[in-house]
Amino acid sequence: MATTTMTMAKALNDGLRRAMEKNKKVLLMGEDIGKLGGVFRITDGLQKDFGEDRVIDAPLAESAIVGTAVGLAIRGYRTVCEIQFDGFVYPAFDQIVSQVAKLHKRSDGSYTMGLVIRIPFQGGIGAIEHHSESPEAYFAQTAGLRVVSCSTPNDAYWMIQQAIEHDDPIIFCEPKSRYWEKGEVDLDTPPHGLFDAVVRREGSDVTVIGYGSSVKTILRAADTAAAENLSIEVIDARSIAPLDLGPMIKSVEKTGRLVVVQEAPNTASVGSEIVTELTERCFYSLRAPGIRVSGYHVPYPPSRIEDEYRPNVDRILDAVDRVMGFES
Amino acid sequence: MIDEELVQLLTPEGERVSHPDYQSTLGGDEIFGFFRDMAIVRRLCNESTSLQRQGQLALWAPVQGQEAAQIGAGRALAPMDFTFPSYREHGIAWCRGVPPEDMLRIFRAVSNGGWDPQKYRHSVPTVVLGNQALHAVGYAMGVQRDGAEEAVMTFFGDGASSQGDVLESFVWAASFNAPVVFFCQNNQWGISTPSSLQSKVPLFRRARGFGFPGVRVDGNDVLAVHEVTKRALENARLGGGPTLIEAYTYRMGAHTTSDDPTRYRIDAEVEVWKHRDPIERVKSLLVHEYGFKTKDFDEVGDEADVMALKLREDVLAMGRPDPITMFDDVYAAPHPLIDEGRREMIELGISGGSR
Repeated sequence: MATTTMTMAKALNDGLRRAMEKNKKVLLMGEDIGKLGGVFRITDGLQKDFGEDRVIDAPLAESAIVGTAVGLAIRGYRTVCEIQFDGFVYPAFDQIVSQVAKLHKRSDGSYTMGLVIRIPFQGGIGAIEHHSESPEAYFAQTAGLRVVSCSTPNDAYWMIQQAIEHDDPIIFCEPKSRYWEKGEVDLDTPPHGLFDAVVRREGSDVTVIGYGSSVKTILRAADTAAAENLSIEVIDARSIAPLDLGPMIKSVEKTGRLVVVQEAPNTASVGSEIVTELTERCFYSLRAPGIRVSGYHVPYPPSRIEDEYRPNVDRILDAVDRVMGFES
Repeated sequence: MIDEELVQLLTPEGERVSHPDYQSTLGGDEIFGFFRDMAIVRRLCNESTSLQRQGQLALWAPVQGQEAAQIGAGRALAPMDFTFPSYREHGIAWCRGVPPEDMLRIFRAVSNGGWDPQKYRHSVPTVVLGNQALHAVGYAMGVQRDGAEEAVMTFFGDGASSQGDVLESFVWAASFNAPVVFFCQNNQWGISTPSSLQSKVPLFRRARGFGFPGVRVDGNDVLAVHEVTKRALENARLGGGPTLIEAYTYRMGAHTTSDDPTRYRIDAEVEVWKHRDPIERVKSLLVHEYGFKTKDFDEVGDEADVMALKLREDVLAMGRPDPITMFDDVYAAPHPLIDEGRREMIELGISGGSR
């Protein structure tokens, strides 16, 4: 088994490179992705190796980045669109929900909307406004789309390739605060399917579910809890839409307690969906109501105070204490 | 008529006029073919309006008055070209070979599309204004990458010309020299919004600012539209980049069957445009220059009647789809929520199930 250690940014870069080598119909399009390699350098060196026709530096208009990718998909190309930051995806929202999501249906299956929209999302990098948002729920609710998020370099390497190969349009959410963290990447075998939820740490007292940047925070919380003899099972949802409920149900049936962590606010969120689904399906196993640990219902705050907005170890452990406090 | 920059080869009276850049070399039979197309599309439109009034369609978007713009443009296309319409392009769909009954599926509310867009190389109707212009440019970028000698044409109106997507598509097409023709039918009205509110300059002049040519053509003159479009498509196929064509025309009817244009426009304006009817002028040319007879036109009328009767029968035969078909083709790959929805519908006895 060939494994190597690299950052998530490099893993995405290598994953894109491998997808482009495998299929010459794969194109990349986005702002500043060519010579610069993208503001996060995810596409570093790819234009040099694959040319300007395949790594397309786009004029600065997100609706057009996605809208032209739709036309390219109709022509048989697979475009990976890079949205520079989460807060800049909204100009493309119309194309994503009105066209990308619906054209396969509207054409009775004649059009294949094989395209990937990469969005660096969530906060934690000390950025200014519009650079730290969590827009995943907007897309999760739209039929026709699939939404996934990687949390490790190995997942990043494989999930981006799996997303490109998939025939449905995929919103690919990258936790930008984890871009520079290193991990083992298995270059031979994908660890999981693209839409699989994965148990990251086994435990018996409480199930804590998250995705993206939250996964590592939950694992830290689990370490702390273990020191107090509290056993947390950590699940990385990975697929936000559709949710892979199987491993979640299995876990909650075991622990009877549920906490969901996300940076997005509570209302109509992915976390709300997970709690609802698991309440419906595991009602008699639950010994306490599922609790969400989320961002607050405010615009993403100035980043000097973002640590008080993003779920941290303390807030996760507080929620764990609350579900543990219910007696039944 | 409108201004000296308007390309016109045939006056409203049906008399030929010369133009320094464009000449029509079509013969009588070809022009008669255009007449036939326009007459059939008008009949199709009138039959559809009747079907809506009789409760058989949820809505209809009439094309009356714009037949020359659409037939002139549609007949300039080569078979391998690809077209991206809005929702009023019945004449273009006709030229691409889309069966009339398929055009009405969306309006009978039994489908959100209606035909196989890859088969006819004519995309499905786009209702969100201007979205399709970007699809056309993207498709054209694919044509470039394939090294194919094909052109792409997209259709929108003066209303959609204010949409960001249309203007972004202009930027993209210019920057990438995409083989695309933007065909804007300026029919003067976006429901009740006059074209004067959409643009302070004639729409075709916008193209120059984006870095490619714009042409204004008399949209009720099928010969002029055909020549202008043919040249723009040829230019695109040979790597010359995009062109914006503004077909200056008029929406003789309502925006849709839900609209009441008497609330916002005056009869006198409609009267003026009646005298510029696209079908009458070509008919006049065919009579005076080529000696076509009443009998010839009557035969087309009979053919249109047969088409309309079949259209009516086909539409009335379109039953309510099995509700479970709403789950078809939402995703290309299996999806748990689709499976769940299907299962529930079958369990509740709403549908016997398909697939």
